Amino acid sequence: MSLTNETVGQKLIERFGEAILGDEQQYDFRIWTVKREKIYEIIQYLYHEPGLEYQFLTTLCGIHYPDNAPDKTMCIMYQLHNLPKNHRIRLKVFFSENDKVMPSITAIFRTSNWMEREAYDFYGVVFKGHPNLKKILNMEEQTVFPLLKYFPLEDPTRDDKDDTMFGRKMFNA
Amino acid sequence: MGAEKINQTLPSGLKLVGSPEGIEGPGFFATSLDKVVGMARKNSIWPLPFATSCCGIEFMATMGAHYDLGRFGSERLSFSPRQADLLMVMGTIAKKMAPILRQVYEQMAEPRWVIAVGACASSGGIFDTYSVLQGIDKVIPVDVYVPGCPPRPEQIIDGVLKIQQLVENESLSRRESPEYKARLAQYGIE
Amino acid sequence: MSNKAITEPIKEEKEYSTLNLGPTHPATHGIFQNVLKMDGEIIMDSDATIGYIHRAFEKIAERRPYYQITTLTDRLNYCSSPINNMGWEMTVEKLLGVEIPKRVDYMRVIVMEMARLADHIVCNTVIGVDTGALSGFVYMFQWREKIYEFYEEICGARLTTNIGRIGGFERDFTDKTWKQIDEFLEEFPRILKEFEGLLMRNRIFMDRTKGAGPIAADLALNYGFTGPNLRAAGVDYDVRVMNPYSSYQDFDFIVPVGTKGDTYDRFLVRQEEMWQSMSIIKQAVQKLQSMPPGPHHADVPEFYLPPKQDVYNNMEALIYHFKVIMGELEVPKGEVYHSVEGGNGELGFYLISDGGRSPFRLHFRRPCFIYYQGYADMIKGSMLSDAILTLSSMNVIAGELDA
Repeated sequence: MSLTNETVGQKLIERFGEAILGDEQQYDFRIWTVKREKIYEIIQYLYHEPGLEYQFLTTLCGIHYPDNAPDKTMCIMYQLHNLPKNHRIRLKVFFSENDKVMPSITAIFRTSNWMEREAYDFYGVVFKGHPNLKKILNMEEQTVFPLLKYFPLEDPTRDDKDDTMFGRKMFNA
Repeated sequence: MGAEKINQTLPSGLKLVGSPEGIEGPGFFATSLDKVVGMARKNSIWPLPFATSCCGIEFMATMGAHYDLGRFGSERLSFSPRQADLLMVMGTIAKKMAPILRQVYEQMAEPRWVIAVGACASSGGIFDTYSVLQGIDKVIPVDVYVPGCPPRPEQIIDGVLKIQQLVENESLSRRESPEYKARLAQYGIE
Repeated sequence: MSNKAITEPIKEEKEYSTLNLGPTHPATHGIFQNVLKMDGEIIMDSDATIGYIHRAFEKIAERRPYYQITTLTDRLNYCSSPINNMGWEMTVEKLLGVEIPKRVDYMRVIVMEMARLADHIVCNTVIGVDTGALSGFVYMFQWREKIYEFYEEICGARLTTNIGRIGGFERDFTDKTWKQIDEFLEEFPRILKEFEGLLMRNRIFMDRTKGAGPIAADLALNYGFTGPNLRAAGVDYDVRVMNPYSSYQDFDFIVPVGTKGDTYDRFLVRQEEMWQSMSIIKQAVQKLQSMPPGPHHADVPEFYLPPKQDVYNNMEALIYHFKVIMGELEVPKGEVYHSVEGGNGELGFYLISDGGRSPFRLHFRRPCFIYYQGYADMIKGSMLSDAILTLSSMNVIAGELDA
């Protein structure tokens, strides 16, 4: 049986029911929004289930939506790829930025080790079960999470650039 | 009677390194020590390539056969700071890397010169961000800045030639002078 | 000399020495640190620290209009910047739904394959340098200058090219460009063969590199390897074949695959990819010469800077020129992912747009960052010099690692 977005969606809903909150199509990707509590089992199911077998994690990243509803301001996106059948899907998990905890999937995909560290470094999302969750790209002493939208981009110690000329504003409006 | 006989120009137009001004006679040549030492130092600078990013690839091209930095005497790269004369900082220095750059500079023995190659090393370049050091002159004293992103090999060679001018004209007691010590003290280096 | 498997666990009573393969080290091509726990010369364990050149690309991208992000993508894998530039432009074209004419696709293929050649030249010669064979490096770099001259002719810059626009190229290939490509295709094969003759069946090189840093295919897949490193392990995953972009499906080329995933296999895979790249460029030149002459960009005046004579004479062109320079492109809301086969594997761009002049979120799927995680596993049990060779054969570029 060929692998299409519909078969994947069907199997997911059969198995996980109301943990699958919805799906949308963006360009050539089907995106399923799922519940945080079930994300580990969903990815494990997608990995092991014969007929699905999404055994390549392309990427994982965090996204900050400050304008969303308060319990959906933070998102982690997973992108999976079934190499033999060449099918890609995307999963998203939304949660509140005051409760930035996620289960880690390093036991399934070793590649998510550093990707989750990067999401922790940039957004402060704590991945439970991660073997070595510490900052990877920024300095150890940095306490803020820079990719949150509130954090400014520019170096604050620089005083020779005229802000009115360089447009160093918080949001590039 | 002086140095004209010794400053040679080859038929191809290439000028050989001439001798400094001095008094010459049969079997002797007298000049000041500064000039001889300057000439020797300038034509045998051992660079330490501190290549971090894209400018490092242009440095590799500069050391290659086409642009050849070696013909100016910098053939022998030294990765050990104790044996190097010129610290060539090429590429972006992030704030995480700044203490390491400082440590490498402090390990170098006098006399030492620093050249900041590229816009990122000179002033942070296009990366005006929280994680990039906005110019290495915030942590170490710099002698020559080479702008460019990345600078062409000819520009890097031009920068090294300007360093050579500095080296040639430096007085032997400069490193002990109070002005130099004050400059280092500005950076907190003893 | 094969890798000694670690059959004994790390004992607490035994004295292991710690070696800091520090961020500034002549043999690590780039700045990353590895703290190695060693039992004499054998490496028992290692701990990597990266981020010494973290320039916060993803944060910068949220503040810059779409055209200014092309300059950021240059500096990801700076040995082959045109591939990154074109990948970014293709991502934006996917978001906007721009149709690219075939001629532009073929021109892009030529530029991208030249960039792949430049990247593989660096990697293979540097493997030679790390085994002590410096001549290959010096000879091949002379030919890399020819590729730089080609870049200069088409876009004006040598290394960080910032080439292309949304919809195609900013200028057409001149006669000099075609001449340069023809001369390169005629003369480089001889040099590549000489380089192969120096190293490929060289007894010393083979003894050094065979068995250094092997990785099994399923472990490589689990670590997210892509590109020549994965193909050397035996999995033929190439984005140009799996998800063809820029008309790669019209070209006939082989994807070389290794068996053991060690340094020698990686060297051979890259070497064969260089031959394949030259064959692709030849095919593209033939296809372009048999096509009727056409535009070097798609007809999208809202996203493409109009030519200057139109700007001075035509009101619409003036308005479009102003809007494009100011960064006010009308971009739909949505999220898109596009990947290209970079020199190191699948370079992906995940772009979320909220309709504004800069992306809402731009995430780079950087192959170096992902496969460098596997380095600790690859060097367990090997000797220090083999670890250095493994590192240089993986072609870790610091700009792509830290971004």
